[in-house]
Amino acid sequence: MNFFLSIIFSSVAVVVVVLIPWIGVGALDLRALFGIVIPYAAMATFFVGIVVRVIDWGRSPVPFRIPTTAGQEWSFPWIKRSRIDNPKGLGGVIVRMLFEVLAFRSLFRNTRLEYRRVDGVPKVDYEWEKWLWLAAILFHYSFLVIFLRHFRFFMEPVPGFVTLLQNLDGFMQMGAAPFNGFGLPGVYLTDMLLMAALTWLLLRRILYSQIRYISLPADYFPLFLILALGFSGMLMRYLFRVDVTKVKELAIGLFKFSPSVPEGIGVIFYIHLFILCVLIAYFPFSKLMHLAGIFLSPTRNLSNNSRFVRHVNPWNYPVPTHTYEEYEDEFREHMIEAGLPVEKGADATAESEEKE
Amino acid sequence: MATTPKPQETAKIDHRPPLFEKGWMDKPAEIRPGIYCYGSKPKNLEYVGMPYPKEWNPEDEDWQLPENWKEIIEEGFKDRLDRFRSLKVFMDICVRCGACADKCHFFIGSGDPKNMPVLRAELLRSVYRKKFTTGGKLLGKFGGGRDLTEDVLKEWWYYLYQCSECRRCSVFCPYGIDTAEVTILGRELTNLLGLNIDWIAAPVANCYRTGNHLGIQPHAYKDMLDFFTDEIEDITGLRMEQDMNRKGAEILFVTPSGDVFADPGTYTCMGYMMLFHYLKSIGLDITWSTYASEGGNFGYFTSHEMAKRLNAKMYAEAKRLGVKWILGGECGHMWRVLNQYMDTFNGPPDFLEEPVSPLTGTKFENAKTTKMVHLVEFTADLIKNNKLKLDTSRNDNLKVTFHDSCNTSRGMGFLEEPRYVIKSVCNHFYEMPPETIREQTFCCGSGSGLNAGEDMELRMRGGLPRANAVKYVHEKHGVNMLACICAIDRAVLPNLMDYWVPGVQVTGVHEMVANALVFEGEQKRTTNLRGEPLPGMEDEEDV
Repeated sequence: MNFFLSIIFSSVAVVVVVLIPWIGVGALDLRALFGIVIPYAAMATFFVGIVVRVIDWGRSPVPFRIPTTAGQEWSFPWIKRSRIDNPKGLGGVIVRMLFEVLAFRSLFRNTRLEYRRVDGVPKVDYEWEKWLWLAAILFHYSFLVIFLRHFRFFMEPVPGFVTLLQNLDGFMQMGAAPFNGFGLPGVYLTDMLLMAALTWLLLRRILYSQIRYISLPADYFPLFLILALGFSGMLMRYLFRVDVTKVKELAIGLFKFSPSVPEGIGVIFYIHLFILCVLIAYFPFSKLMHLAGIFLSPTRNLSNNSRFVRHVNPWNYPVPTHTYEEYEDEFREHMIEAGLPVEKGADATAESEEKE
Repeated sequence: MATTPKPQETAKIDHRPPLFEKGWMDKPAEIRPGIYCYGSKPKNLEYVGMPYPKEWNPEDEDWQLPENWKEIIEEGFKDRLDRFRSLKVFMDICVRCGACADKCHFFIGSGDPKNMPVLRAELLRSVYRKKFTTGGKLLGKFGGGRDLTEDVLKEWWYYLYQCSECRRCSVFCPYGIDTAEVTILGRELTNLLGLNIDWIAAPVANCYRTGNHLGIQPHAYKDMLDFFTDEIEDITGLRMEQDMNRKGAEILFVTPSGDVFADPGTYTCMGYMMLFHYLKSIGLDITWSTYASEGGNFGYFTSHEMAKRLNAKMYAEAKRLGVKWILGGECGHMWRVLNQYMDTFNGPPDFLEEPVSPLTGTKFENAKTTKMVHLVEFTADLIKNNKLKLDTSRNDNLKVTFHDSCNTSRGMGFLEEPRYVIKSVCNHFYEMPPETIREQTFCCGSGSGLNAGEDMELRMRGGLPRANAVKYVHEKHGVNMLACICAIDRAVLPNLMDYWVPGVQVTGVHEMVANALVFEGEQKRTTNLRGEPLPGMEDEEDV
């Protein structure tokens, strides 16, 4: 499969995802299905799916201690060790993992290969490249903030931190001059950042030949899906307003397990909700599981202590070895001749030969 | 044997896969001479009881696979998913962000897209998805799944034996996915069908039988050390006999057999011998062994089981000889195995004692349970405690840079100790650029059993990033000596330097230590261990 086919396949899939609720609610008025049944099913799939997958990973043991050491090991007191990149104990591992999960430390190391030939002689350079890291950080944190902001739709009263976040995120409200005064709400910074980061993550897959070559439909699909999620959300906020109080009624009902579907919520809301449902239901079966997987990655979550703390392999089994006795039996004469010490005298060779 | 192209030809590398091309899943591997290593010979597999030995040529259409080969692979795959969390997680969580893509020395040197670490792993992942995941089963190619066919198996083999398990990609992966781990387990799978390369299979069989990869028998091993003793006597006037297989010694010394076999490793070996002799009078009680005469472990390039089988000799010999602890020579993958696997494989060695330097009293607390100390840390401790009288001017003709071995860097974190020793014995030391050393070091291009002759083109390609960094310091600072602490490095880097950076030689750290070491009662030294005149001695008559 080449990259055209991958892109076409995944974008068609996302179009279908959009059309389903459009037709389902817009034409067939299946509001209970799209407002209650599917969200519950998706959430169940999400939680159960993740738990099952993580348990499945956990069932396989970690037979060997294989951290990737990215700094100086613990050695003599006069040698400065790298506490985070080559952790000796649990503390270091926790800090290493925090950096990895919260700051994408390994990705931050990224460089870009610059290969040239000068008069036929190769020159290899490694250039500054933090764009991937930046896009990844912006994408993940924007998504997190947007997710937290949405709590105002599920919770009554709205928690203080949500309002605070919302105000911080919307500080551009003042500056979004062209929109102000047209009855449009303020622009959220994270909306813009999320869409920009996603666009970059998509563009680099298409523009960079190496990334294009490795990309699968499973890479384009979530990007298109989250772009559609963001786009539908922004449409709802900035263009096709829906009745927020009714949406909130539906959401709170869902979370209190007494669901009801109020009349009169625009179909754009159901499209937004359905995309989200597809995303979370897809989550446990996809590469999005990196969210949980990073915590179980043996090259990152183990300390480099196997020379001073014994690591036990639960399935360790005895193996055939070539013993010293067998070795000496084969080479005894030569060993004696060369003056090497032996366990048994010269006559032992004759004996062992007799036995054979 | 394939002829190796000229550097100018090799340098024509395009790293951009074309826009209009079939996807990688539909492009079978083209198995090219100069890139692949010869297939394993039946006698070498038979000797250690590996399955499906046969005469085969990777370029043949027919690989003489057993009828049920697919089942064997699929069961083997499942079994390894159940036994290695690493494999399971690494199969599931890659997002193909591409951060690893241009970090692999084989990709940098070849431009072959399947040498991007992500794609190397995808070769297995695609089969994994199709066989073991819902999405792959339902959606097939659209779900990133691919059937296991003979072409796919050949592709696995071709690319799994083009990865040197250096782990550089795992440093950059945001989830720590380690292609080395995928390669190690992928190679285990190929070995279920008797598809190893002979450059690995032969050393494994040799090591099993004679105790070392090169198949050196005990009397020949002793002959070699005797020969070095004569050489050393010529240079220093002192006879530095070594003890072998001696029971009751305090320390057992184990080093890669490459050190006794070929230049310039032999000079490093002479370095060890001279250091031991130097320390003898002040209390070092050490023995070599002809049975545990291999530090390296080509079993590790075959399977975890074979690694364990070969590694077992070290503790077994330590027990038989009744030593207190083990000292290990300069080697790369040897130390990854010793650091990350040995105690788990064959421990606990409760018949040994916690290592203490008999000369300085330093406790090696970081080797408390394996009871195995790295010679370079041992020497670093000696120098720190002023136990060695050194004349660094003897190394003044050297402008040295240091090549971190992949395994000691990313599988151990052994970065400062060798630098400390080198700086203590030489006056001119220059680092290569930071993206090419320490945890970001580049492979020599020939690690993990790929140091054969028939894959010379692959080796020169894989070594290009390392050579390029050496060239940089060679041109900038006049560096003429590339130091390393790995026997494979010592064996392969001279070829690499001749190819890309003529004028740079290769040395082990202990060769330079021994050159600088001042012995009581030695004759005036006029040459270094290589028989080349020492600085200022160029005009001496007996040179």
